[in-house]
Amino acid sequence: MHVHFLDPYHAGGSPIHRLDARVKLALTLAFIITTSLVPFGAWAAYILLFAIVLSVELLTDLGIAYFFKRAFLALPFALAALPLIFTVQGAPLATWSSGAGTFTISVEGVERVVSIALKSWLSMQMAIALAATTAFPQLLAAMRALRIPKLLVAIFGLMWRYLFVLADEALRLLRARAARSSASRDAQYKTGGAIVWRARVTGGMAGNLLLRSFERGDRIYDAMAARGYDGEARVLPMPALQAAQWLILGGGLAVCVLILLLALLLA
Amino acid sequence: MLAVTFAPPVLHIPDGFLSVLVALSLWLVTIVVVIIALRRVNADLGERQVPMMGVLAAAIFAGQMLNFPVAGGTSGHLLGAALATILMGPWAAVIIMTCVIGIQGLIFQDGGLLAMGANIFNMGIVGVVITHFVYRSIRAAAGNRVWSIFVGGFLSAWLSVVLSALITGLELALSGTSPANVAIPAMGGVHILIGLGEALITVGALAFLYFTRPDLLKIGEAKPAGRGIWLAGLVMAIAVAVASPLASSHPDGLEWVAEQQGFLMHAQSAPYHIVPDYLFPGIENQALATILAGIVGVLVVFAVALGIAYARRNKNAASAASQTQH
Repeated sequence: MHVHFLDPYHAGGSPIHRLDARVKLALTLAFIITTSLVPFGAWAAYILLFAIVLSVELLTDLGIAYFFKRAFLALPFALAALPLIFTVQGAPLATWSSGAGTFTISVEGVERVVSIALKSWLSMQMAIALAATTAFPQLLAAMRALRIPKLLVAIFGLMWRYLFVLADEALRLLRARAARSSASRDAQYKTGGAIVWRARVTGGMAGNLLLRSFERGDRIYDAMAARGYDGEARVLPMPALQAAQWLILGGGLAVCVLILLLALLLA
Repeated sequence: MLAVTFAPPVLHIPDGFLSVLVALSLWLVTIVVVIIALRRVNADLGERQVPMMGVLAAAIFAGQMLNFPVAGGTSGHLLGAALATILMGPWAAVIIMTCVIGIQGLIFQDGGLLAMGANIFNMGIVGVVITHFVYRSIRAAAGNRVWSIFVGGFLSAWLSVVLSALITGLELALSGTSPANVAIPAMGGVHILIGLGEALITVGALAFLYFTRPDLLKIGEAKPAGRGIWLAGLVMAIAVAVASPLASSHPDGLEWVAEQQGFLMHAQSAPYHIVPDYLFPGIENQALATILAGIVGVLVVFAVALGIAYARRNKNAASAASQTQH
């Protein structure tokens, strides 16, 4: 079994796929920063942001369900914000008394929790759109364009190249453990040793994985050195952005600023 | 908060949960530290390390798939910051964790993009610095005896997870997206358990490597990382010890609810306090007293750990000396 299914990139020829990766990365970041800056409870701005996300998703030809399903992954984190409905002081929305005491839910608290969950959900969908429509080598080029240090981008590139190899390796370790362990379908029979023993076995697997990676890293370096590697990661220079791409970048940034102004005016 | 307990990697903050100010300041700190780390790694290790670090970052990422069942459907996971630090030294570990967290956020949406600076800071910088500080202290105090690899590995892995979690809670509280007196104790509480899984796996991995390739355990030690990181670790540990009780005792949020209902009275049923309610007797200023109590707490914990380490060393040295006499 191979874990290539992990790669969220979907090849395609949609306008979003064809957009330059540098423009996409910059606009995604701008969108997420804008979303974070919009004040709590500025609903009009949230609707506009959602409209933008939705249009991008429709333009990718991947189907909206794909985005919605993946975006719900962040939802459990929203629990961290939930207590705010009680703790933010404001106009009481509902009050009830139980054995433990009186609980008051404030309007402002609910507003804040819903805003946080929405922000997170919208930002996540834009990040998914970026990852789903941009091949990794293009993302690396975009990172270089954003002045991320060359050495770091080179390590990112090598990591990506071996990520699936090592994930396969980890899966093989897990399968080997399963093959050597007994388990009963009957829940009444306890299987497996004490927790510390189980953790030790897993630790051994992790150590094994690292050991294999050390050896693989050495071999990779030897192979690279044999092909003339001298520590410098050489890449083709990127073509200059075309006028149309500049226009999209400028337009996108302008929309972000406008939404922000609107949100601040409304708040 | 219970549901969070069952989702193991809750340390990855998604976008929308940090205020822009908090997110950008942590990005700034992260960028500076990563650039220094890149320089150091380049100078210390040379070109050979580029493929090695890429592969090890991939290995830590893949290693997070390894888990073991604990109870009730939960499982113990490897996060890897401690293992990377112990094996590769702190600077290389910062780079490795940066790559792991970067790919998780950029490709798999495990953690946000604006929040990525914070995520790298929490797991890649705090986790690494704390591990280095605790592991090196225990190793040095024990005179580099073999057992201290495992004791140091366990304590450093556990503490790095717990402190990363407390800092994550502080950031959420600072951003106003979770009440301080819920976020900090909840994050800390959950990760006291998650950290145990991390610590046990880390020790298991160290034991495996010690018995198969003990030379690998010396890579991280060979490089003098300097007192700087060690001191940074001490400062960070004290800062968290000071900030978390201060923030979570702020009369806001749940405490306010509790006061309203009057169940604070029932909460004070502990029969004794060594440092009562984190307050120092005889000091008027509440904040000052809390900070003092936090610092004293950190120092006491480390004094005990170091004391045990020294005692073990002397005992071992004595028995080694008596053996050579015979």
